[in-house]
Amino acid sequence: MTPLVEMKDISIAFGGVQAVDHVSIDLHAGEVVGLLGHNGAGKSTLIKCLSGAYKADSGEIRINGKPVTIASPRDAREQNIETIYQTLALADNLDAPANLFLGREIVTGTGMLNDAKMEAETRKIMARLNPNFRKLKAPVKALSGGQRQSVAIARAVYFNAKILIMDEPTAALGVHETQMVCDLIMELKAQGLGIFLISHDTRQMMSLCDRVSVMKNGQLVATVRVEDVTEDDILGMIIMGKKPAVAA
Amino acid sequence: MSDTASASPLPKRSLIQTLEIDTRLLGMVGAFAVVCIVFNVITGGQFLTPRNIFNLTIQTVSVAIMATGMVFVIVTRHIDLSVGSILATCSAVMAVVQTRFLPDTLGLGLGNPLIPWVAILIGIAVGALIGAFHGYLVGYLGIPAFIVTLGGLLVWRNVAWYITSGQTIGPLDPTFLTFGGIGGTLGATWSWIVAALAVAATVAAQWSARRNKLAHEQPVKPAWAELAMSGVTALVIFGFVAILNAYDVPSRVLERAFQARGETMPEGYTAAYGLPISVLLLIAIAVVMTIIATRTRLGRYIFATGGNPDAAELSGINTRLLTVKIFMIMGILCALSAVVASARLSFHSNDIGTLDELRVIAAAVIGGTALSGGLGTIHGAILGALIMQSLQSGMAMVGVDAPFQNIVVGVVLVLAVLVDILYRKRTGEL
Ligand SMILES: Nc1ncnc2c1ncn2[C@@H]1O[C@H](COP(=O)(O)OP(=O)(O)OP(=O)(O)O)[C@@H](O)[C@H]1O
Ligand SMILES: [Mg+2]
Repeated sequence: MTPLVEMKDISIAFGGVQAVDHVSIDLHAGEVVGLLGHNGAGKSTLIKCLSGAYKADSGEIRINGKPVTIASPRDAREQNIETIYQTLALADNLDAPANLFLGREIVTGTGMLNDAKMEAETRKIMARLNPNFRKLKAPVKALSGGQRQSVAIARAVYFNAKILIMDEPTAALGVHETQMVCDLIMELKAQGLGIFLISHDTRQMMSLCDRVSVMKNGQLVATVRVEDVTEDDILGMIIMGKKPAVAA
Repeated sequence: MSDTASASPLPKRSLIQTLEIDTRLLGMVGAFAVVCIVFNVITGGQFLTPRNIFNLTIQTVSVAIMATGMVFVIVTRHIDLSVGSILATCSAVMAVVQTRFLPDTLGLGLGNPLIPWVAILIGIAVGALIGAFHGYLVGYLGIPAFIVTLGGLLVWRNVAWYITSGQTIGPLDPTFLTFGGIGGTLGATWSWIVAALAVAATVAAQWSARRNKLAHEQPVKPAWAELAMSGVTALVIFGFVAILNAYDVPSRVLERAFQARGETMPEGYTAAYGLPISVLLLIAIAVVMTIIATRTRLGRYIFATGGNPDAAELSGINTRLLTVKIFMIMGILCALSAVVASARLSFHSNDIGTLDELRVIAAAVIGGTALSGGLGTIHGAILGALIMQSLQSGMAMVGVDAPFQNIVVGVVLVLAVLVDILYRKRTGEL
């Protein structure tokens, strides 16, 4: 079966820093692939090449087997790739509906923004993601870290993504909210989405992911199926860059 | 305007919330009212006369027009120091086009009815081009707006000098001059008609917004609150026009007008100035700019980019092109301002628009536009321009000498921003 996403031999450098060094990863429909690695390993940089925030210096990206050029966030959206950035990428001065629909506003017949409709839609999706969320009119800077995170998640989920990139989506969330995001991930996976998940919580990754790819210093250590390894194997990969025996 | 003031007593907190009134707008209106009342007392009732209010409005127009554009520039964390110079270049171009190029070079002949309109269109095109060029340098080449427009301040001021060889150019076309203020007013009847239309339009917009909210099952304010807002709007608009209509054209001016037509003035004939066309232009610009700011994608992207440029970029917004558009709008508004400013003088002079960049930035900032980006309103900037102009003319009426006037305006600017920062800290906006 052709993978949904193939990133082949991706390299990108910032000045002298080789942030991502010839890394290849892939993702199938209905699969969750975790990216692990210490701070600065290059996880965010790698997935930003897929989300259009960065352009890789070299390498190839294929979607459903077809080579594609993703030069901007707009290109990524056209490929049904949605991203929850580690930094959340919210305009703090705007309210939740404005952020959710940023770049894809609902307009009326005369081309004017339909704020009432956008607010109603936001209310609907938030009821599903975070029923306690009420502050639809406040600028998102007035929201808590977790509430902001729900806005970012809502934005990625609302537009029927086929490929979802989640860069530490639960970093700011409480136990309950984290569980809700985990449930959401399993639900979206069941719907056939392919999900790249970045997190530092190894245990969580073991339970959510089908496979994990571990990075160290910009290079890929290995990709393993989670049922083939123990948590200690993964920690060894992250800390020492030690390839376990099962790694293909 | 005095109506705005009297319509803003300080009701209870809950009432303000029910009416969904912007408290900071209320604060500015209050400050403006205080300025007016203080000067009115000091001058023994000279400040709040129809005549002075009329003059105040037409003096404010040029700066206020540009201030609306400066809101977009500052909201996106840029600045434009070149607006006074762009105004000068546009004014020079329009003056030369209407007095020399069109009549002589193109042979349209002086007094051809096309002349003022073609001149204005060319002026707008020049403003748009200059603005777009600035925007390109800022957005695509990454030169800070401060530098680009500081350069522009010098360049366009002196391009204007070369266009006119440093000469004053006039007299300008009579139709063109109607944009200057006192030289072009609607008269009482038409002013009332315009006021009625304006009230009808704002009330209709207000209720259609309410319907749209209800259609999406959203909370709306109680009907009485909506009605109260409609009532206040109507009162402000009709009150403003009533004041302007109370300013009669001096009888010798009327007499001259009748003489020019070869008639004699009937005994006891009076006529009011009414709404100046320049003020009408400002109102039209304010409406369009407010719609852009609050109801269009362009406006949404401007505020999003101001709040978080990276987020805007990651949402697929072309922030570079956006920068070009913003500076282009600024350039167009400079050209429109140039029409008003040169028509008010009735000629183009070399120093037209000098120091306007400072007045325009001050107006936007006093009006609540935050230099840190992402915050600002069109009506705030216009109110800011009005407050500054009232301070200046009020002090002139009282006989404060010019240097001290500038000191006061400078202090007020800094104080206004301080108050704004304190206000935002308290409301948690900062
Ligand atoms: N825009 C940039 N400019 C310069 N260097 C960068 C930039 N973005 C990332 N880097 C560098 O690239 C390397 C990888 O960074 P990246 O953000 O991808 O790490 P990460 O694996 O996501 O880490 P974390 O777990 O802390 O989020 C780091 O050394 C970082 O300093
Ligand atoms: Mg990261």
